[in-house]
Amino acid sequence: MDKIIFKNKGVPDLHKIDVYRGLGGYTALGKALSLNPEELTRLVDESGLRGRGGAGFPAGAKWKLLMKYKVKTVYLICNADEGEPGTFKDRYVMEFDPHLLLEGMAIAAYATGAHHGFIYIRGEYDWIAKILVKAIEDAQTKGFLGSNVMGSDYSFYIDVFRGAGSYVCGEETALIESLEGKAGRPRLKPPFPAASGLYGEPTVIHNVTTLSYLPFIVENGPEAYRAIGEGWSGGTTLFSISGDVNKPGLYEYPMGTSLKKLIYEAAGGIRGGKNLKAVIPGGLSSPILKSDEIDVAMDYQSLNSVGTMLGSCGIIVMDEDTVIPVITQKTARFFAHESCGQCAPCREGTNMIRHLTERIVAGKGCSDDIDQVLRLCRYIRGATICAFGIAATLPIEAMIRKFRGEFEALLI
Amino acid sequence: MIDENIRQTIEGIVKKLPCRDTAVVPALSYIQKVNGHISESDMEELAVILQFPQARIFSAASFYSMLKLRPKARYHIQVCTNVSCSLLETEPLIDYISGKLGIGNGESTSDGLFSLESVECLGSCGYAPAMMINTDHYENMSFDKVDEIIDKIRRNKMDEL
Ligand SMILES: Cc1cc2nc3c(=O)[nH]c(=O)nc-3n(C[C@H](O)[C@H](O)[C@H](O)COP(=O)(O)O)c2cc1C
Ligand code: SF4
Ligand code: FES
Repeated sequence: MDKIIFKNKGVPDLHKIDVYRGLGGYTALGKALSLNPEELTRLVDESGLRGRGGAGFPAGAKWKLLMKYKVKTVYLICNADEGEPGTFKDRYVMEFDPHLLLEGMAIAAYATGAHHGFIYIRGEYDWIAKILVKAIEDAQTKGFLGSNVMGSDYSFYIDVFRGAGSYVCGEETALIESLEGKAGRPRLKPPFPAASGLYGEPTVIHNVTTLSYLPFIVENGPEAYRAIGEGWSGGTTLFSISGDVNKPGLYEYPMGTSLKKLIYEAAGGIRGGKNLKAVIPGGLSSPILKSDEIDVAMDYQSLNSVGTMLGSCGIIVMDEDTVIPVITQKTARFFAHESCGQCAPCREGTNMIRHLTERIVAGKGCSDDIDQVLRLCRYIRGATICAFGIAATLPIEAMIRKFRGEFEALLI
Repeated sequence: MIDENIRQTIEGIVKKLPCRDTAVVPALSYIQKVNGHISESDMEELAVILQFPQARIFSAASFYSMLKLRPKARYHIQVCTNVSCSLLETEPLIDYISGKLGIGNGESTSDGLFSLESVECLGSCGYAPAMMINTDHYENMSFDKVDEIIDKIRRNKMDEL
C-alpha cells in the first residue's frame, strides 16, 4: 500500500500504453478533466505535494501563483535533467513507466491551462528519450494527448527536448535559456518562471517524480497521500542509494523513513561487512553526515535540524576506508567544472577551491589552505545569481568541519 | 557540411516547435550525429538556416559538454569519475582503460578508433562504475567487461577491413 510510484514496478511491458491502461492508467486524467482547474489545483494543494527536484517547494502553491498570470499562453516543463550526482530516480519512471509521467503532465497542464509541454531530458539518457517519444505518440493516437484530450475540448501537446551535457541546466531558469537555444546560464529571479518563463510566458516547471505523483493524488484524494509520510513531508519518495552498500538501487519508502533503516535494511548494509564512515543524504550538494548522525528521519524538517537537506534524495554511502579529502576534491572538481561562469565569485571561487583541495590531497597543502577553502565558501555563498553557489559550498564546508583531522594529516 | 538531408531535418524540427529558438540545440546535436562533430562552417550555415546571428549559435555550441567542435574518434569512451562510481573502484576504471589503450585522458588512439575522456555523474550511480561509448551506457563495469567490449570493437573493425 505504501508504494505510489512503484505500484506497478516489475509488470512486464509496463511502458506500453495498453499494459498501462489495463492497470487503470489514464483513469485519473479522466477524473481530473471532470473537475474544473481551480478544484484540481485545490486538491493538489491540499495533498501538500512537494517538488522532488531538490527544493521541496509545494506544487499547489506554485500553481496558485500562476493563476495571477494566467491571462496568456502557459507552458509546462518537465525537468528531466537529473544531474545531481547520486541521483537516478527520474530515469526509472521514464524508462519503465513513461505513461505515469505523461498522465501526470496532462493533469498538471489541465490544472494550469498549459497547451504545450516540454520534457527536458539530459542528453546522456538517449535511449530513454526514444522511449518517451514513442509513449507520447501512442498516447496521442489513443486520445490521451493532443487535440481533444479524452474527448474534452482540452488540447495538450508534449515535445521531448534532449539536453547536451550541463548540470546547471537542471536549474529552472538555465533550463529555460537552454530551451530558448542559448547557453544554459541561470536568470536573475524575480521574475520567477510563473510570471515570465519560456519565451517570456508564464511557465510551470516540475521534476519528473513530482509530476508522477499526480495520478495517485487525483485518483485517491489528498488525504490518501497525506496519510503516508510525516507532517508536512507527506507521501513517499524515491531514494537512490549508491556507494558502499550491498544492494545499491532505487527504493520507494514513506517520507520520514529512518536513514539507518534505508542503509541497513533496504540497501542491505555496508559492503564487505565493513563499518560505516559517512553518508551524503540528498545528492552531492547536501552536507555530509557522520556515522553517528544517521539516526535521522528522511524528511525536510528532520534533515534541516541536523544541518543538511533532503535535496534529491540521493543517498551516497561511504565505508570506513573512504578518504574524505579525496571525496571533497572530487566534489570541488565537479562544481568547478559545472559552474556556468556568469558570476565571478562562483566561477573563480569554485576553481580556487578545486586547486586547493587538489593540492591538499596531493600532500602539498600549506597550513592555511584548509581555512582558505572555508573562507572561499563563505565568499561565494550569497554572492551569486543562482543556488549553485550554495550547492557548491555547503557540502565542502561540512566535509572539512566534520573530518578536519583527515585534511590536517595531509598538510606538509 | 550541412547537406540537403540535414537541412531538411532541421527545417522539420523548426516546424514542429512553437518557436524556432528552441531548434538551436537539437539542430546542433543532429549535425553532430551525422557529421561526427560540429565545424565552424556548420555553425555559420546553421545561423543562416535559423536566421540567428552567428554569435548566438557559437555561444550555445561552445557551452554544452556533449557538443564537440573538434573531430573525435569513432568510439568515444566517457568514464564517470564522480563520487559514487569511484567508491566502488579499487583502481580507477579510467586508469585501466587508459593503460589498455595506451592513451591519456582527453587523447585518441593513433588509428582514430578510440578516444577517452573522464566525465561527471552519468545517472548510473546505483549501477556503478559506469561509462558511455558514444550514446550507449555501460553499467556495473569491471576490468573484464572493459576487455570484452573493447576487444569486440577491435574484432569487428578487423572484420570490416
Ligand atoms: C544547480 C541546480 C541544479 C538543479 N538540477 C535539477 C535537476 O537536475 N532536476 C530537477 O528536477 N531539478 C533541479 N534543480 C531544481 C530546479 O531549479 C527546480 O527547483 C525544480 O525543477 C522544480 O521542480 P519541483 O518543484 O517539482 O521540484 C536544480 C537546481 C539548481 C540550483
Ligand atoms: S552561481 Fe554559478 S552556476 Fe549559478 S549563475 Fe552564478 S556562475 Fe552560474
Ligand atoms: S557517480 Fe558515476 S554515474 Fe553517478
